[in-house]
Amino acid sequence: MKEVPMSTCEREFILKAIRDRKRIDGRQTYDYRRLKVSFGMERGCCIVDLGDTKVLAQVSGKIEEPKKNRPTEGSIIINLELSPMASPAFEPGRPTESGIEMNRILERNIRDSRAVDTESLCIVAGEKVWSIRADVHVLNDEGNIMDAASIAAITALSHFRRPDVSVMGEEVTVHSPEDRDPVPLSVHHMPVCVTFAFFDQGEFLLVDPNRSEERVMDGRMVVGMNMHREICTLMMSGGMLLVKEQVLRCSQIATVKEAEIIELIQKALDKDAQARQAGEKCGFAESVPTNKITTNRKEATAIDTTAAAQQASQVIQEAGPVDKPMSNMLVQAPGTVQIGEGLVNTWQVDDEDMESEEKEGREKSVTNGREAVATSKPTERKRPVKAVSHAEGSDSEEEETVMLFQGDDETKSTEQPDSTALMQPSNSEKPAKKKGKKKKAAQK
Amino acid sequence: MQCYYSVGSNMAATDETSVLLRSFECEQNLLSRPDGSANVRQGDTSVLAAVYGPGEVKMSEEIIDKATLKVIFKPKIGLPGCAEKLQERLLRNTCESVVLAVLHPRSGVNIVLQVIQDSGSLLSCCINAACMALVDSAVPMKCLVSAVTCAVMEEGRIVLDPDSKQEKESSAVLTFAFDSRENNVVTCSTKGCYTPEKYQECLSACGAASRNISSFFRQAVERRMSKEL
Repeated sequence: MKEVPMSTCEREFILKAIRDRKRIDGRQTYDYRRLKVSFGMERGCCIVDLGDTKVLAQVSGKIEEPKKNRPTEGSIIINLELSPMASPAFEPGRPTESGIEMNRILERNIRDSRAVDTESLCIVAGEKVWSIRADVHVLNDEGNIMDAASIAAITALSHFRRPDVSVMGEEVTVHSPEDRDPVPLSVHHMPVCVTFAFFDQGEFLLVDPNRSEERVMDGRMVVGMNMHREICTLMMSGGMLLVKEQVLRCSQIATVKEAEIIELIQKALDKDAQARQAGEKCGFAESVPTNKITTNRKEATAIDTTAAAQQASQVIQEAGPVDKPMSNMLVQAPGTVQIGEGLVNTWQVDDEDMESEEKEGREKSVTNGREAVATSKPTERKRPVKAVSHAEGSDSEEEETVMLFQGDDETKSTEQPDSTALMQPSNSEKPAKKKGKKKKAAQK
Repeated sequence: MQCYYSVGSNMAATDETSVLLRSFECEQNLLSRPDGSANVRQGDTSVLAAVYGPGEVKMSEEIIDKATLKVIFKPKIGLPGCAEKLQERLLRNTCESVVLAVLHPRSGVNIVLQVIQDSGSLLSCCINAACMALVDSAVPMKCLVSAVTCAVMEEGRIVLDPDSKQEKESSAVLTFAFDSRENNVVTCSTKGCYTPEKYQECLSACGAASRNISSFFRQAVERRMSKEL
């Protein structure tokens, strides 16, 4: 679906407000929206709410072969998904340019800055390493997906616990969570992105733009920084020219902002660790306020299914006995069964006179077979034995086709040797069988 | 660290005739961008559904007399594959049975589902979430759909709303979706082996449970509309 275009008056209004140092939602220039981090039940699952922007991250681990040029290192994969849920403009499937750009920034921020130690992910050098995958799903886009996604990714990576692995000589044992406590990833530092939006060719800047501000901005700058005041990522886009003082000023603002953010993340992680330690119930359910009218909750209820069992037996009785499987099945050869007769052949078919008598004789035995399976079985069984021996004598093409009616398949295979060789045995026997039966029916 | 069990889960009664549904929670209108959204939690299984529509649809997908329903199912880990396509198909068929598509010709309704947590009974949670999201978005529907999953254990016992441990140990998992008016079956999806008698038993048990869920939906909507704007 297309996005609703922004009206000119709305655009002018926002720009004018910014020039007067005012923001539409009442924030100050350097203020972040309300940031909330909540964890799920599974390890490595977290949801980040930055104002109304909602992002879900899940980390998972798999044991794989390492890259050839880095045999002692595991790998970290970060996948940012712009879910169609977040905005009507996001389409499922191929990611858009902006999606790819954001994914690359995330990767550079976390992977290239060595936030997570990959050497510790090695199990057996050159053979087995851990491949850690972080899937970040954007659930609601109200501006500044970049920051929310980076917070979600690094928080989920810090929250994740991978199964413990022990190596005894050649044997590698992966312990289940019940056996041994899972082990955390070794996270050296937490790089977090801070986004700046620029207006009027760099004259005005805002931190944490919301959706409407993003739509009117000239360009943006993303600064990824960690607690040690190291810049992990720096990216500017949007077709504007910035003075170098602006860039330095942004990095200084970023220092302050990301210190606050990392403090909040740390607090959330500690709180969650405490809750798990104490054995309390944890998960998204706990972090949802239940006093809103949009939430409704019902405790576990017992369902009385006594009526169900009675009803079920009643239905079965009323339905009557199930039709038994057909008893007129004739085993032609191992793996081939004939049920019933074919229809009258309405196609032009060459008459095979020399085989007709043989076929008629067989036809009679077939009809007898339907009435009394036991008597016809010996005669039927003879044929397969004959067929197999015949097949063995012939060349490979005929051998592929399972013989049903000897005469037919022989003639068929001589007529079209290539097709029977190319086609699967099952395919070839079906038309052969049908044609044979139709011929017999016609000749009757 | 192992998962924590919510009240009611993993507590299937030993008696064959009384079974427990896990705690049920529903939150509506939690996302600002979609026209309708709902988060349904059955025990620990949590699915977030969002609906956009009726809105624009591609010319190639347009139907001249009806709205085109599209379902996108997103798993939590990895990229969507064939199993996800199957889920999308099932959900689309379920929703097409209840949505009054003829009221919005040549438009599209997009339903997006995101798995937040999978602890068993995922398909029924998805159907319930999609239904609540459609209600929240005010897409016209004939009736509500309530879905229940049940598992047939090795010894023949039926467990309603199984969690992932029970699903793994079961010999068959059956999911039924019922309409809220006459409790007729809208969708049925099964996995595993079971006898026809067991099937009928599961069908009746799920039918009884679905009435419970339908009344919960009604309660949720009443609560939502309780305050005057």
